Amino acid sequence: MSSLLEIKGLRKAFGSNLVLDNINLDFPAGSATVIIGASGSGKSTLMRCINLLEELSDGQIFLDGRDISEYGINLDSVRGEIGSVFQAFNLFPHMTVLNNITLAPRLVGRKSREESESHAHYLLKRFGLSDKADAYPAHLSGGQQQRVAIIRAIATNPKILLLDEVTSALDPLLIAEVLSLIAELKADGITMVISTHEMGFAQQIADRVVFLDKGLVREAGAPQQFFGNPQSEELKKFLGALRSAGRL
Amino acid sequence: MSYTPSIQQQLREDGKRRASRRSTAIALLSTLVVGAVLTIIVINAQGFSAVQESFFNAHYAKKAFPRIFDGILLNLRVLLIAEVCVLILGLAIAVARTTTSPVLYPLRLIATLYTDIFRGAPLLLVLLLVGLGIPGLRLSYIPNTAVFLGTVALVLTYSAYVAEVIRAGIEGVNPTQRQAARALGLSQSQTLQHVVLPQALRNVTPPLLNDLVSLQKDSGLISVLGAVDAIRAAGIETAQSFNFTPYVVAGGLFILLTIPLTRYTDWLIRRQDRAQKAQGLF
Repeated sequence: MSSLLEIKGLRKAFGSNLVLDNINLDFPAGSATVIIGASGSGKSTLMRCINLLEELSDGQIFLDGRDISEYGINLDSVRGEIGSVFQAFNLFPHMTVLNNITLAPRLVGRKSREESESHAHYLLKRFGLSDKADAYPAHLSGGQQQRVAIIRAIATNPKILLLDEVTSALDPLLIAEVLSLIAELKADGITMVISTHEMGFAQQIADRVVFLDKGLVREAGAPQQFFGNPQSEELKKFLGALRSAGRL
Repeated sequence: MSYTPSIQQQLREDGKRRASRRSTAIALLSTLVVGAVLTIIVINAQGFSAVQESFFNAHYAKKAFPRIFDGILLNLRVLLIAEVCVLILGLAIAVARTTTSPVLYPLRLIATLYTDIFRGAPLLLVLLLVGLGIPGLRLSYIPNTAVFLGTVALVLTYSAYVAEVIRAGIEGVNPTQRQAARALGLSQSQTLQHVVLPQALRNVTPPLLNDLVSLQKDSGLISVLGAVDAIRAAGIETAQSFNFTPYVVAGGLFILLTIPLTRYTDWLIRRQDRAQKAQGLF
């Protein structure tokens, strides 16, 4: 598989606080990479660097062969190719579900209202949210809001989808409905980068798991090897802590 | 099967009813006492009959009313036009102040200076300077009427206030909303237009309307430039009769003029409070 996203020597510091240190990762097209690590290990910062919400301190990021970290690049056009969903539900509260989904296709993708709405209706129907098209976000459950946020992110047909702890704010029942949507997208062959605390889900969906610790990639590998036979002391400790907390 | 509340629930409801009856009775009694005390103080004041004669005289009220009413219609026209202009100019200034592009630096500078100056300068002073200064420029394409220049002064001053309120609204929108929009690929201006401004304006509607109520009553200040509005008309009547009742009539009409917007503002604030509680957000 050719790599769709390539991160080379990425470094990110906030002042004197080094958050990401020399990150080198390849993301093959169609693959699902799960990033795990303790809170503060740099998972969210890595996601925000990929969609250029954070300026890099050093290194390069290539999307489909193009250096998107190059100085002076058109940020809007790059972000249009990267779908992002965050931990907090960032739906626009003053717009209906349908308008939330069609906003970017209409404004960024220059699609007509009819075209973007019929695509939105197709996606809502597929993921069981047809009856919510005209609802406002405040009237949806957390799980429904997060599913709409994911649909909104894929409505522009992005090359890659970033999911940053999308289930962290949800209770177990709602987590299940969001995870099954993500599993369906994976079956569609969408390239995904997922950060999560759901280890069961990580094992089930990941082609590769990456362990981030203190801004470094400590270990990366296929889920079986990664969870079954961890190499580094840090990962052993992390998985041990998860096990004793009953999370693994 | 019909539902009958339990004995305990019926007792609770009886208790609540009794408490609410008692509150109403207490409120009524305390209002009556306060009203009676105020009335006795005012009526027993030494100059009461003289004040009643010169401020609350039905004869002069009736006589002055038509002229003052014509005046208040002028106030109404002025404030409607001023309100529209204030909202447009205030929005433009607020947006200008929140831009970040280096090309627009002069615009930001002008907008900042503008708000500093017109928020600080007393309205009366602005009225006098605009009303007396602009005619001195002898610009033939600008009408030199007191009504026009007075409206300009009102717009200049209130736009500064309104701009600050709108700017507070723009800065009050959660930054994650902006990020979500940018992450979707929306440009700065698209984000502002479709995501930030709609939420900002909704959040600051009550304080905005508050400023407009203030503008409504301050429209009476254009009388200092000689425009025959309600206050000026009352002044003319008073000068003829040496009775101050016309001023009270004008005051009453101004209060009537502002009440609809005041009530609407209150209603809107209550509704927003309820909506936020319902969502459990913020």
